[in-house]
Amino acid sequence: MKLTTALATLLMMTPAYADEIWVTNEKDDTISVIDIETLEVTRTIPTGERPRGITFSKDYSVVYICASDSDAVQVMDPVSGEILHDLPSGEDPEQFVLHPDNRHLYIANEDDAITTVVDVKTRTVVEQIDVGIEPEGMAVSPDGKIVITTSETTNMAHWIDTDEKAIFANTLVDSRPRHAEFLKGGTELWVSSEIGGTISVFDVETQAEKAKISFKLPNIHPDRVQPVGFELGPDETHAYVALGPSNHVAVVNAETFEVEDYILVGRRVWHMDFNADKSLLFTTNGISGDVTVIDTATNKPIKSIKVGRFPWGAAFRPTN
Amino acid sequence: MRILTAALLAGVMALPAAAQEISVIYLRQAVAPPPTLSNLDPVPEDLGWRGAELGLADNATTGRFLGQTWTLEEVTVPEGGDFPAAAARALERTPYLVLDAPATLQTAAADLPQATGALLFNASAPDTLLRASGCRANLLHTLPSRAMKADALMQFFTARRWTDIALIEGEAADDRAFATALDASARKFGLKIGARKTWAFDADMRRNASQEVPLFTQDLGDYDVLLVADEANDFARYIPFNTWRPRPVAGSEGLTAHAWDRVVEQWGAAQLQSRFEDLADRPMQDIDYAAWAALRSLGEAATRTKSDDPATLRSYILGPDFELAGFKGRPQTFRSWNGQMRQPMPLTHRGALVAQAPLEGFLHQRTELDTLGLDQPESGCSAFE
Repeated sequence: MKLTTALATLLMMTPAYADEIWVTNEKDDTISVIDIETLEVTRTIPTGERPRGITFSKDYSVVYICASDSDAVQVMDPVSGEILHDLPSGEDPEQFVLHPDNRHLYIANEDDAITTVVDVKTRTVVEQIDVGIEPEGMAVSPDGKIVITTSETTNMAHWIDTDEKAIFANTLVDSRPRHAEFLKGGTELWVSSEIGGTISVFDVETQAEKAKISFKLPNIHPDRVQPVGFELGPDETHAYVALGPSNHVAVVNAETFEVEDYILVGRRVWHMDFNADKSLLFTTNGISGDVTVIDTATNKPIKSIKVGRFPWGAAFRPTN
Repeated sequence: MRILTAALLAGVMALPAAAQEISVIYLRQAVAPPPTLSNLDPVPEDLGWRGAELGLADNATTGRFLGQTWTLEEVTVPEGGDFPAAAARALERTPYLVLDAPATLQTAAADLPQATGALLFNASAPDTLLRASGCRANLLHTLPSRAMKADALMQFFTARRWTDIALIEGEAADDRAFATALDASARKFGLKIGARKTWAFDADMRRNASQEVPLFTQDLGDYDVLLVADEANDFARYIPFNTWRPRPVAGSEGLTAHAWDRVVEQWGAAQLQSRFEDLADRPMQDIDYAAWAALRSLGEAATRTKSDDPATLRSYILGPDFELAGFKGRPQTFRSWNGQMRQPMPLTHRGALVAQAPLEGFLHQRTELDTLGLDQPESGCSAFE
């Protein structure tokens, strides 16, 4: 721990050490760490089997990794790359979200139709909530009151009250929902549907659908335009949406819900994250096994970085 | 007879909706499997049924949030039993049947007066005729036809420029039907089936395949790929590596086209595979997948329309808004002219996925999925008009 502090202090004094993007490689059981300054992979860290969801604690002191086929959430020291311990996670954890309290992880257990709530301090399961078949997308409202689980085969967003740890609403979305995010101070919820090819926009107060975003690419059949992961860009004016096997990222105006641009990236683009000031976007491209770096000022791809096999999740780690 | 009921789970808040109960009967005609030389791959006794069971579980989970309860029951007609009579009894109890029976019995069931307005799903019969002039408006097909299977293979051969094909076919009616489909498909894609032979051996190939097959294939001349039409996989498994010329084998052995296969892992398929294995203790096969897709199609229609009325569900399923996430990478819909489910077809060998049809570059003005199987102008089916 002392070493960590010392190193962190050292890093603070030497801003030449760049921030990092951490990428989970689903079929390599590794994490590729990309140096944002040089845009090169500087470390490859072994993990449990089939790593997918990845998120840092709020203070970046540990990183949580869904090792799906090891049936565990692994807690890693990001400095040393050592696994500190496993958290009980339920079977086949795929994706999760860390509550703003920095203490409760809400985990989608894909094979069990359950959302598991784990206390990361006591390392115990607090609650297991029955949801639809193949839960995947997870989101938490900024005030921490609502957690969303989307279920891929049931085609629903399940609204979980975090005080009661119980579902208070279910809303239907198009086929195979994959990812969810709260926007605009938690007043709006977006859910992407991979097979449906849409993003449903909900008013959080009423859980009513207020808009549906669809995508259209010239020369690519609509069947292949499959929205998966998405993130909000600088100033939250635009969302960047990974469109899976169409190999493009869409830029969506968050106010008008219009698609303003499509950016060509690697094959089967899945998830993404930004650098600190969101001037660069890093997308994981599963089939081509690389990460595309996009300049968000121009919305142009500037580099492809080779990582492991089937990169899945991406998470930003500041080092200074 | 097995009955599954999905109870409403306590503690889960349902969307406001009227309580509905949707019953499905899985109606199977027991058929003696043809004798085969090898005992390696016995036909599972619960083939098909387990897929329906999984589809029901999926529907029930969604249903519990919507106030819809699902039940599924299996009825097996013994060999020599009266299938149409069993179908009539089933139709008096529910309009929703999944049929696991030879094609002629399926049309007999669909033609019953009790089947008017009912919704039947063919999960087991690949006969192209059922999607052509022999189609029925109340019979939808979740299993791909032999024509779709053949087209998937021919697209692959075309992409690989394997233009000269040799064919060995078995003597069973199913083998001849598959060979006919392969012939038609080869013509469609401009490939040539040259030399062809009928397998008429009755020796036990486990002992002497290595001696007999080279001789048997010697007079096929030169070719790029050897197709084997042997639907029961009686002799096909003994062909690879024993041919006179070193050539790949496809059709019923080697490279095969499927609705589903255990080697499919992409597009979220690993989840469907593991849920099925947990349930059935064996890998999911084509007919399991077709039965699953039938239940899920009903489920998807009932979820979206919030209805349990067969006419409403049928028109939704055949309409433009329907799409099933079938774990094969693209939304699956139904052809409105013959009730066939459009679907990608994995091309596999025993150890891995090789490609998935439609292959890149095979285009169609409606959807690339319509490059597989009977297109509207050629289907000859008028029951859906």
